[in-house]
Amino acid sequence: MTDQILKPTRRALLGGAAVAIASPLVLRESHAQAPFNWKRFAGQSIDVLLVKNPRSDLMQAAEKEFTELTGIKVSAEQVPEQQQRQKAVIEFASGKPSFDVSGISLHVQKRMAAKGKWFENLEPFLKDASLTAPDFDFADFGAGPVAYARQADGALDTIPFFVDYWMIYYNKELFDAKGVAYPKTMEEIATVAAKLHDPAKGVAGFVSRGLKNANVPVWTSLLLGQGVETTSADGKLLTDTPEAIWAGELYKKLNKDTGPQGAVGFNWNECQTTFMQGRAAMWLDGIGFATPLEDPSKSRIVGKVGYGVTPPGPKAHHAGMFADGIGISRGSSKKEAAWLYIQFMTNKKNQIAMLKAGAGAPGRSSAYLDQETISQSKFGKQYFECLLNSAKIARAGLPQIVPVTEFRDVFGVGLTNMIGGADVATELKKATETFAPVLAKSEQG
Amino acid sequence: MTSTSLPASLANAAPPGAAAASQDFTPRYWLFSLPAVLVIAAVIVFPWLFTLYMSGQDWKIGGGAEFVGLGNFAALAKDQRFIESMGHTAYFTILAVVLPIVFGTAAALVFHREFPFRGLLRTIFVMPMMATPVAVALVWTMMFHPQLGVLNYLLSLVGIGPSAWVYDPNTVIPTLVMVEVWHWTPLVMLIVLGGLAGLPREPYESALIDGANDWHMFRHITLPLVWPFIMVAIVIRTIDALKAFDTIFVITQGGPGTASETLNIFLYLQAFQFYKIGYASAVVVIFFVIIIMLSLLLLYARQKSKWNA
Repeated sequence: MTDQILKPTRRALLGGAAVAIASPLVLRESHAQAPFNWKRFAGQSIDVLLVKNPRSDLMQAAEKEFTELTGIKVSAEQVPEQQQRQKAVIEFASGKPSFDVSGISLHVQKRMAAKGKWFENLEPFLKDASLTAPDFDFADFGAGPVAYARQADGALDTIPFFVDYWMIYYNKELFDAKGVAYPKTMEEIATVAAKLHDPAKGVAGFVSRGLKNANVPVWTSLLLGQGVETTSADGKLLTDTPEAIWAGELYKKLNKDTGPQGAVGFNWNECQTTFMQGRAAMWLDGIGFATPLEDPSKSRIVGKVGYGVTPPGPKAHHAGMFADGIGISRGSSKKEAAWLYIQFMTNKKNQIAMLKAGAGAPGRSSAYLDQETISQSKFGKQYFECLLNSAKIARAGLPQIVPVTEFRDVFGVGLTNMIGGADVATELKKATETFAPVLAKSEQG
Repeated sequence: MTSTSLPASLANAAPPGAAAASQDFTPRYWLFSLPAVLVIAAVIVFPWLFTLYMSGQDWKIGGGAEFVGLGNFAALAKDQRFIESMGHTAYFTILAVVLPIVFGTAAALVFHREFPFRGLLRTIFVMPMMATPVAVALVWTMMFHPQLGVLNYLLSLVGIGPSAWVYDPNTVIPTLVMVEVWHWTPLVMLIVLGGLAGLPREPYESALIDGANDWHMFRHITLPLVWPFIMVAIVIRTIDALKAFDTIFVITQGGPGTASETLNIFLYLQAFQFYKIGYASAVVVIFFVIIIMLSLLLLYARQKSKWNA
């Protein structure tokens, strides 16, 4: 053997050369099977801009664990929603945002983010095995939320970590008292609401947002029942069509005839208060507002809340979808560390924690199948069924355009006027004429 | 005897008045005003010039700017919501000035008299003024809730039907004014009370001898003498009412619809919701002109109301 080493044969030399050539491949293979290196960017610090809400609280609570795992320090700031949106717009427009990671409301800022090139495309990060942990399992994110987060050019600039599906909360006790069943169609919502409407007892058959701007998703959710959104695939407004007028008429009927007094000024919080005090039989809104309804210190209807999927409309069955994404600032110099942060905060464990805490519906599908979470949850089985079934029929609840806020403002005024008795077709025509130039200009600029 | 004499230098010195007349030191003092001038230029003059410049641009954050001259002003003249917001501002301001002035003056006349627990009651009366506007607005929002608010419950106790308060386009501005009245009447009371405390006794003694009753004394002595103080209160209240934003935004966000959308709310929407900075700058310029004109009018009225005027 020793002779062989000291006096190598031709065959041994050839064999050694082959090993030398193959060794990087072998080493690379062995790396792939090695544990994911979370410490690659240890020592870096990242800044994070978040919206003030329970989900951001959970992220901040998980920071310590993230820092222990990665050695990356996190400085996260929570700003109230409206101000966070303003801050994001101004800082991204400056080209040098002060944060490496930012959360955004996809239903408001998605197109604005694409137009302003706010975020880094996450696809290359997802494909890089040295940057993405093998157990991250991006395929676990629901197809609907992922499609919603994806930009028109296919870029995935945010991870859709929170989804809000529009559904109907209903008071089972009030339904049972009058022997009324949950509506099977959108038209039936109005019929059922009329049966349950009892102003003498201070009970409204139906409650939903009437306040300008906030009220638009109610109308658009009803419009989805006609199988259309407020804009066509080529960006044309469909807001004064017979379908839009049908949805407007239903919105008007529900709120004017069976809504509580003053609904014209109600945002989600007034609706929530009215419903959880047992003063409304049905409430159409996002499932993300469920938590206080089952809190005995705040609600009078604990255990009596039904969670119903939005009923089908005349032509289609959809649930309005709204979502939040989290992405890496294109101007960041610590993109890899930022990606590790996003990965960690949206991993399976933290998405389940969101569901457990009642902080909202996660973007990952596996969270809804976690039997431990379901069995320990204060929400019943019906809540989870509603979530899963809504996810299957989810469709964007607001138009995917740049001036979403102006859209909501202009049409919101029209909807408020409708509750006051104004003619639906006239209001929608007026709002469409007002908004059309704004939309046209935003597409040019 | 010791003789004293001034040193020659002092003896020859000209009197101070003469020195000031012969030498102008003003240029040397200019240097001392430079820091103040720089600060004013940076924080007042430049922003104003920049706002004026921006009002001529069609610029939305995230997009390109284009010079449009007076285009934004022309667009504002045709903007129905802007015109309506001017009307709402005028309506709100008139009510939010007149009512606290009337109630504050009445309260000052009451608290000017001696009665038991006057100090305690006066302290309680001024407490709303110390509260943070946003916190006040949040509390009032809860109280205004048509079904669950305490105000409708109180109305029901005296047999009055429920009101929609801020949830009805017809009652929203008077209701918002009610919050302003509750919040700022104490300020007017304090200002007028200060004026009443300094009034001379002699005119009242003369009036009593002449047989004047309480109303005559108030109408012909108290009111004219205390009027300069009321004018100060009017100026302060007008400025406050014109710039009112936090209370309205928290309680109604300009709604229902646009029923309580004042100029400030309209401006906020344009600048910070729609990011139309050029258009919003034009609103600021118009608002500034209105405020300047109103301020000059009020200052003129205040000057005329002075005792020696």
